[in-house]
Amino acid sequence: MIRVRGLKKHLAGKWVLNGLDIDIMDREIFTLLGGSGEGKSVFLKNLTGLMKPDGGTINIDGTEITELSAKKLHKIQTQIGMMFQGGALFDSMTVGDNVAFGMRRLTDYSREKISRMVKKYLEMVGLDGTEDKLPESLSIGMRRRVALARAIATRPRYILYDEPTTGLDPITTDVVCDLFLELQKELDVTSVIVTHDLKTAYKVSSRIGLLYEGKIVAAYDTESFRKSDNPYVKQFIRGNRNGPMKAKNGQESVL
Amino acid sequence: MAFDSLKTRILETADSLGGAAIMLADVAGWMFRKPDGLDNLFKQMVRVGVESVPIVVLSALFTGMVLALQSGVASMKLFNQPVFMGTLVSFTMVLELGPVLTALVVAGRVGASITAELGTMRVSEQLDALYTLGTTPERYLVTPLFISMLIMLPSLTLFADLIGILGGYIVTVYSFEIPGSVYINDVLSHLQIVHFAHGLIKAFFFGFIIVTVSCYRGLTTSGGAEGVGRSTTGAVVVSMVLILVSDYFLTVLLNALGII
Repeated sequence: MIRVRGLKKHLAGKWVLNGLDIDIMDREIFTLLGGSGEGKSVFLKNLTGLMKPDGGTINIDGTEITELSAKKLHKIQTQIGMMFQGGALFDSMTVGDNVAFGMRRLTDYSREKISRMVKKYLEMVGLDGTEDKLPESLSIGMRRRVALARAIATRPRYILYDEPTTGLDPITTDVVCDLFLELQKELDVTSVIVTHDLKTAYKVSSRIGLLYEGKIVAAYDTESFRKSDNPYVKQFIRGNRNGPMKAKNGQESVL
Repeated sequence: MAFDSLKTRILETADSLGGAAIMLADVAGWMFRKPDGLDNLFKQMVRVGVESVPIVVLSALFTGMVLALQSGVASMKLFNQPVFMGTLVSFTMVLELGPVLTALVVAGRVGASITAELGTMRVSEQLDALYTLGTTPERYLVTPLFISMLIMLPSLTLFADLIGILGGYIVTVYSFEIPGSVYINDVLSHLQIVHFAHGLIKAFFFGFIIVTVSCYRGLTTSGGAEGVGRSTTGAVVVSMVLILVSDYFLTVLLNALGII
């Protein structure tokens, strides 16, 4: 279980996260919605220890990670699989080497077993036969699926997805969403997704939160979120610029 | 206003020095442990050393040739005959131009590519991905680069020394028609192992400068493609200036220690 209390992060002269509180339960798919630039990715980077918060606590399975030494933090980080926004695949390596990278370091599998597992995970994400290709030869959707295969290959307890469907066409988005649900069933993990795509959130989440001005202003199960009377939620769902969430710089809407 | 700008500059420099020191401490910790992928270390050795051979050979050969030409012409004017060409070429190459020239060439060729590669990996989150996959950028990428640079730059320098002396031989024999044995005798009668040590110690320090600056600039890149360009240019300029400035102080130190 992940317990976040009063999380604060100051970046480029403003509080991007400003007292964020949330509990993420074991085996749930929690989706954090929010407008562009609201700090969703910053939240994920704080969860993984890639960014150090300026205040608050993050407790993962009973361990307070904000106070850990680099070595102890690294142990926690290896229990977290992360699918980065652009995939973050190592472009000098083949798809197979990318998927095998974590297994070579975090497991004692033999060479043959790693090779078999790479095939298996690529098959799970619908990309069998791409082991020898370089990431640059794949489409953005395929790269994200390779990144997913790489993230799950080390069998982490938590999988974090940063804007997993942004920039994908509706059909590929649907394929990727189905993949999340299948993996959730098969791997029995806890997932955290940050996105601004409502369709993805409704399809895959067990619970949805809404981030605004560095705080979670609403967090309900998916059905309750859909029907919520919360003015922030209603404004976000309707995509209306008039409401409690103010447009940035008087022009640019947070939506 | 000017004071604020100076204050910001000082704070930024202090921040960079502190960050580089933390990186160096981390790398020192990993350097004497099992490397994270021998194939990666081998790849970096080839990149830093083997792939730099052609440009190092070219620059050292022509530097040796021009040194011989200049010294030959000058001594003709002064003494009516070309003298001590072997001594001048070999001493200049081994003590000074071999290490400095090789370091400048490697800073431009390898240092720039290290910063560009690490910088691109930083802005595309590939460095962040390493943390969740059982390693760190310092362990997987920076440590092999340090080992490669600290071994390969002195090796390349030694190679440049010999090629430069060969360049001097070519000009002495074919342009000034002096017997090769005279040139070789000139070189061997004065040059000692300690002179090579002087140059190689310098090369080791220059290698340390190049790899520290390039890696630190790469790891701290921000601001997309433009940021990568800025970091790369900055790394090359800072490396070159530090090489040229530290060369003087290293020479003073080595002289004081009697390594000359």
